[in-house]
Amino acid sequence: MRQALEGSQAIARAVALCRPDVVSAYPITPQTHIVENIAKLVADGELKCEYVSVESEHSAASVALGAAAAGARAYTASASQGILLMCEVLYDIAGLRIPMVLTCANRAVSAPLSIWNDHQDSMAVRDAGWIQIHCADNQEAVDTTIQAFRIAQDTDLPVMVCVDGFTLTHTLEPIELPTQQQVDDFLPPFVFARALDPRKPLSIGTMATPDWFTEARHSHHGAVLAAAEVIAAADADWQRITGRCGGGLLAVDGPDDARIGVVCMGSITGTLQDARAASPELPAARIIRLRSYRPFPAQALREACAGLDQVVVLERALAPGGVGIVGAEVRAALYGTPDAPRVQSVAAGLGGRDMPLTTYARLIALAQAEATTDFAILDVELDKLPEADRYAAAAMAGGQA
Amino acid sequence: MSTITNAGAPTRADGTISLTELREQQPRFQGFVGGHRACVGCGQALAARLVTEAAGPDVAVANATGCLEVFSTAWPDSAWRVPWLHSLFENAGAIASGMEAAYKARGVSAKVLAFAGDGGTFDIGFQSLSGMIERNHNVLYVCYDNEAYMNTGIQRSSSTPHAAATTTSPAGRERLGKRHMKKDILQIVAAHHMPYAATASVAYPSDLRKKVRRAMEIEGTTFLLVHSPCPLGWRHDGAKSVEVARLAVTTGLVPIIELERGSLTGSMPIREPRPVVDYLRAQGRFEHLFVDTPAAREELEHIQALANYNMERYQLRGSGHDARDTAGADTVRRGGVRWA
Ligand SMILES: Cc1ncc(C[n+]2csc(CCOP(=O)(O)OP(=O)(O)O)c2C)c(N)n1
Ligand code: SF4
Repeated sequence: MRQALEGSQAIARAVALCRPDVVSAYPITPQTHIVENIAKLVADGELKCEYVSVESEHSAASVALGAAAAGARAYTASASQGILLMCEVLYDIAGLRIPMVLTCANRAVSAPLSIWNDHQDSMAVRDAGWIQIHCADNQEAVDTTIQAFRIAQDTDLPVMVCVDGFTLTHTLEPIELPTQQQVDDFLPPFVFARALDPRKPLSIGTMATPDWFTEARHSHHGAVLAAAEVIAAADADWQRITGRCGGGLLAVDGPDDARIGVVCMGSITGTLQDARAASPELPAARIIRLRSYRPFPAQALREACAGLDQVVVLERALAPGGVGIVGAEVRAALYGTPDAPRVQSVAAGLGGRDMPLTTYARLIALAQAEATTDFAILDVELDKLPEADRYAAAAMAGGQA
Repeated sequence: MSTITNAGAPTRADGTISLTELREQQPRFQGFVGGHRACVGCGQALAARLVTEAAGPDVAVANATGCLEVFSTAWPDSAWRVPWLHSLFENAGAIASGMEAAYKARGVSAKVLAFAGDGGTFDIGFQSLSGMIERNHNVLYVCYDNEAYMNTGIQRSSSTPHAAATTTSPAGRERLGKRHMKKDILQIVAAHHMPYAATASVAYPSDLRKKVRRAMEIEGTTFLLVHSPCPLGWRHDGAKSVEVARLAVTTGLVPIIELERGSLTGSMPIREPRPVVDYLRAQGRFEHLFVDTPAAREELEHIQALANYNMERYQLRGSGHDARDTAGADTVRRGGVRWA
């Protein structure tokens, strides 16, 4: 049944449909509505689970870790400072190969303090060893949340479902919530083969000497890579049951003969698609949305970029003093392929700066520009800054504004 | 291999049995076994063995980073015969909470034990411990108190006693070891209005076992602070660990007490109180106090005053012969008073 739901509320309902055993919760904008909604479902008797209100995000992640290790389907959610406070635990969860699900309501990271959306938080833990899936809209957030629980238990890896703070979490959309039967058909009961069990005592989290650390890392790396197939399979299965899919590893949309490609992640996709439709005078770009950011879908990306002359990567996070984070990976994936397109990379919408429809035209202009911008912030308003802070090296190439 | 006469079923022609074999014949459950890498005389290793023995097999352990975790495991070996999870240094309280919540949700009946050193309890793990107690998870939290960060090489923690030298509170011309006081973690923990919080010492195994069993029966969070000598960090002979631990108790510096819902409900009387210098002199970490300077003399008086304060506060002075006092508590008896 289609109903108008706030993103957070829809995600909470999706979590409940997955029958979690343990949910740990700590507030932070723009994630809070998710755990509040779950708390209400528990209070109303609609969800039977252990709801653990912890004293920090470090403990929220740790409670979920302990719960999953003890054989429970575990869930938590956070954002921004919360994700950074969890950082140590997130690495540990992944290294221990603990299957669990976390929703990251993507938000900027202090300082300056900002409660608004960008992707700095999930990027900061990019290398923790989690699967990271970015959602384009709230329907996909619901579907991906449910898929995430299955991906986690099929891979023994934790899954972070990334949804843009406010843009998705606080927006009312018509949502098709699956039925309990559909979810039960898709998601088998949680089983964790290494669960802590007094009848079968195992030691989890032992120290590794240099004799073993590398091998543990190799198998972890390999498992994240191999998760690509599981992510695609889960999405395909979900489509069989509900008729909806998120696009597998990446979603490609646009004309086959496009010469310009735009690579992006998250909810900006819809804006770009709308702008493209509203601007017939501009070249129609192929919009390539990375749904799975970890594992990085290099092969699928190469296929998606076939025939393109120009690729512009739209970044939602910043690596100060470095280059575009996603752009560098896109370049690396395309490097050495025949007729590799030129890849430029720009950040926009940092700390919740509005990304209007005109963003699309600016990306097209960038693709058409002679000078190459390796990386710059597209929507910085330099006139707000003192002269000394208008760094030429950080600006768009060829004086583009 | 040392041998003793085996009165029961002799396994050798000469009627003797090796100590190892005898130990294996004992019906006692062992959750933590030998072969680990602790230093000789490590109080923590002894304490962990006693605690897991008393707790029995229906448990799962959440272990903070620290000596116990490091010396008991190095892949692919493990000294644990109970399910055991190590995550990080400061989250034992939280992973234990999660394990307990999982067992509750799944209907598994197993008690969760959380193990941590004093650094992982008094300092960096205090927040997650406090959260766990506030939520009253059914967890027995055991702090193996060796009074410093031993695993990283003997740095001071907020549990390090006043005037003890560590690598970050060394003694020198200007300083006589740690300048600050030992944090009174038991009272702080008990202030959560928790069901049961107690101290114990490896010098009194029966008392320790009794307290573990007591805590195991309580539904809710319980806390045990086990004074556990570290020969390496305290600088005493590994063979003297129990002796040193006993002196800590009989001088009054480490009161053995029980608090229920914050109120004192039990204490181990000291039959023959000893002067603190007996305890201090036994350890290299206090050797800088045994020089003839006014500052050192004053410090010794100060430490004696701390012990006297404990004696008054917890009424530790024994009143004659008592089977539960520091002289009686670990006497092996047939018939009579048995507490373990
Ligand atoms: C966040 C973090 N900080 C520091 C460390 C380094 N570290 C590991 S064990 C340890 C000391 C442990 O001390 P304690 O809890 O008293 O246990 P002990 O080793 O004395 O038994 C330290 C500082 C760490 N592992 N994690
Ligand atoms: S350093 Fe101390 S606590 Fe650590 S193993 Fe050695 S004796 Fe035990």
